[in-house]
Amino acid sequence: MTSHMPGEGVKRPPLFRLFKHCYGLAAPLLLFCLLSLLGFLLYHGAPSLNLSLLFGDVPPLEAISGRRPVWDGLWPAFTGTLCLIGLTMGLALLPGIGCGLYLAEYASPRRKKIIDSAVDILAGTPSIVMGLFGFTLILFLRRTLLPEANTGLLPASACLALLVLPVLIVGTREALEAVPESLRLTAAALGFSRSQRLRRVLLPAAGQGLWGGLILAIGRCAEDTAVIMLTGAVANAGLPAGLTAKFEALPFFVYYITAQYQTQEELLLGFGAALLLLLLAGGLTLLAHGLETGYRRRWQGGKR
Amino acid sequence: MRKIHGGTGAAERAGEKAPLLLRLAAGMALLGIAMLFAMILAFALPAFLQPGPGGAFGWFWRPYQGEFGILPMLAGSLLLSCSALLLAWPLALAVCCWTLSAAPGLLRTGTRAGIRFMTAIPTVVYGFAAVFLLTPLIRAGLGGAGRCWLAASLMLSLLVLPTMALILEAGLKPRLDRLCLGGQALGLSKLEILWFLVLPQSRKTMLAALLLGFGRAAGDTLLPLMLAGNAPQLPGALTESLRTLTAHMALVTANEVGGAAYNSLFTAGALLLIINAVVSLLARRLAGRPGNLPGEQM
Repeated sequence: MTSHMPGEGVKRPPLFRLFKHCYGLAAPLLLFCLLSLLGFLLYHGAPSLNLSLLFGDVPPLEAISGRRPVWDGLWPAFTGTLCLIGLTMGLALLPGIGCGLYLAEYASPRRKKIIDSAVDILAGTPSIVMGLFGFTLILFLRRTLLPEANTGLLPASACLALLVLPVLIVGTREALEAVPESLRLTAAALGFSRSQRLRRVLLPAAGQGLWGGLILAIGRCAEDTAVIMLTGAVANAGLPAGLTAKFEALPFFVYYITAQYQTQEELLLGFGAALLLLLLAGGLTLLAHGLETGYRRRWQGGKR
Repeated sequence: MRKIHGGTGAAERAGEKAPLLLRLAAGMALLGIAMLFAMILAFALPAFLQPGPGGAFGWFWRPYQGEFGILPMLAGSLLLSCSALLLAWPLALAVCCWTLSAAPGLLRTGTRAGIRFMTAIPTVVYGFAAVFLLTPLIRAGLGGAGRCWLAASLMLSLLVLPTMALILEAGLKPRLDRLCLGGQALGLSKLEILWFLVLPQSRKTMLAALLLGFGRAAGDTLLPLMLAGNAPQLPGALTESLRTLTAHMALVTANEVGGAAYNSLFTAGALLLIINAVVSLLARRLAGRPGNLPGEQM
């Protein structure tokens, strides 16, 4: 479009000319790497994606009801991950969403700044440091109140809750801040108090955006490996037995197989687990993104 | 305007204060963050203060001879993340410029979707695929064990690239949109507008992307653990093995039972915590909140 414009004859600096020649290659290169990794996983993992990947030789109903243990399937790791997600969300929901609402609606600018910085620091903290936090917490409890404290499902969930907290807080706050100003003004003009406005107008309006943040947090919780490595994930625990028991989890299983696999069947199980984890985490994140985009379009794109 | 918004009625004023539940929630979140810092720093403090040989700040990791230095791991973390960024940052910039200026419609949508999707891939899955796909290639092509600096660095750059590309795009796009019409009227192509007008304005965004990428690369555990070989040494070449702080922490908790090795664990954790906190605060300063990026300059 601009090829015959006057600027064309001007000589550009060499770095720019280099960039101009090469920059189109970066994205195809990236896509190539991505597709070859995914293709490799699919090629080896797809054949084992069926019911026996989860349940092994045990009939599914008996495995789900826990009457027969599954030794050669992913069912224990899968339930472990589900339990982790459930517990983590139970722990993180109130502080995460509550803090997000507080930031969006009530906090004074000074407090907002402080909490924002704290949340940023938390969001930047490596997950293994969160795991170390759980580890030190258990050491501390052992020396003081609870001599029998040990790693297990509950400490792991507590650390994961800390890990997904920033995701929830930021998601909630952004969902509320995307609600158009006119809605707030209308509510105020109708004589709603602040908390009435929040409960009756803003929360229903922001619902889809809140779900987006929540699902993103679930995806983050499902994929993280480093935290549970330090707080009680093991390779052979069977179904999760209780809050303080050791547990299996999909990401840890993938790591364990990479380091310790002995037979070809175990390796194939590893490919199946990696693919399952990818589908789980990727699906959740895409769903969250879809919800968020739809939400933004609803409030910001659809201007008349 | 402000009065309407803030509300002047008695009912409104009574509702000014946040409900107890919300204040409680915010307090809980802050308490969690404070506890994270308190616990890790409290456990690391004795190790920081312990002087001389056997302490955490030595160049050798020889547990059986009483040497527990983690400086090689610190150097490994820095080397690995810097080399990953050296590859990933220019690529992220190129991908971002390309999707903003030249990419044809379908490819642009595809690239964007791919980048989005890449942020969702669990690192353990990246590691798993790379162990069985990339390391044999490196072993065949360059010799050595395959699990080396190069393998970890390539995969880490793949891991941080989408994050950086998204930050860059969020920062560059609004500026480009603002300058596009005027620039094109002057006869500049979109790429020229980006390079000569938008990028010089966006130094802060570019630096913020670099910093956040560094934080993500230095904080990742699974890729170095699975791919870098984990020998506690300073690597002499790209095909040699190295160990990062994060991988060191995972290995120590898996193998040791206590004592001086744990001191090195807490020190490594505290170092990572501090490095990443500084990086996040700096990046935030530079970029502001992502939502605030447009119009921060000019």
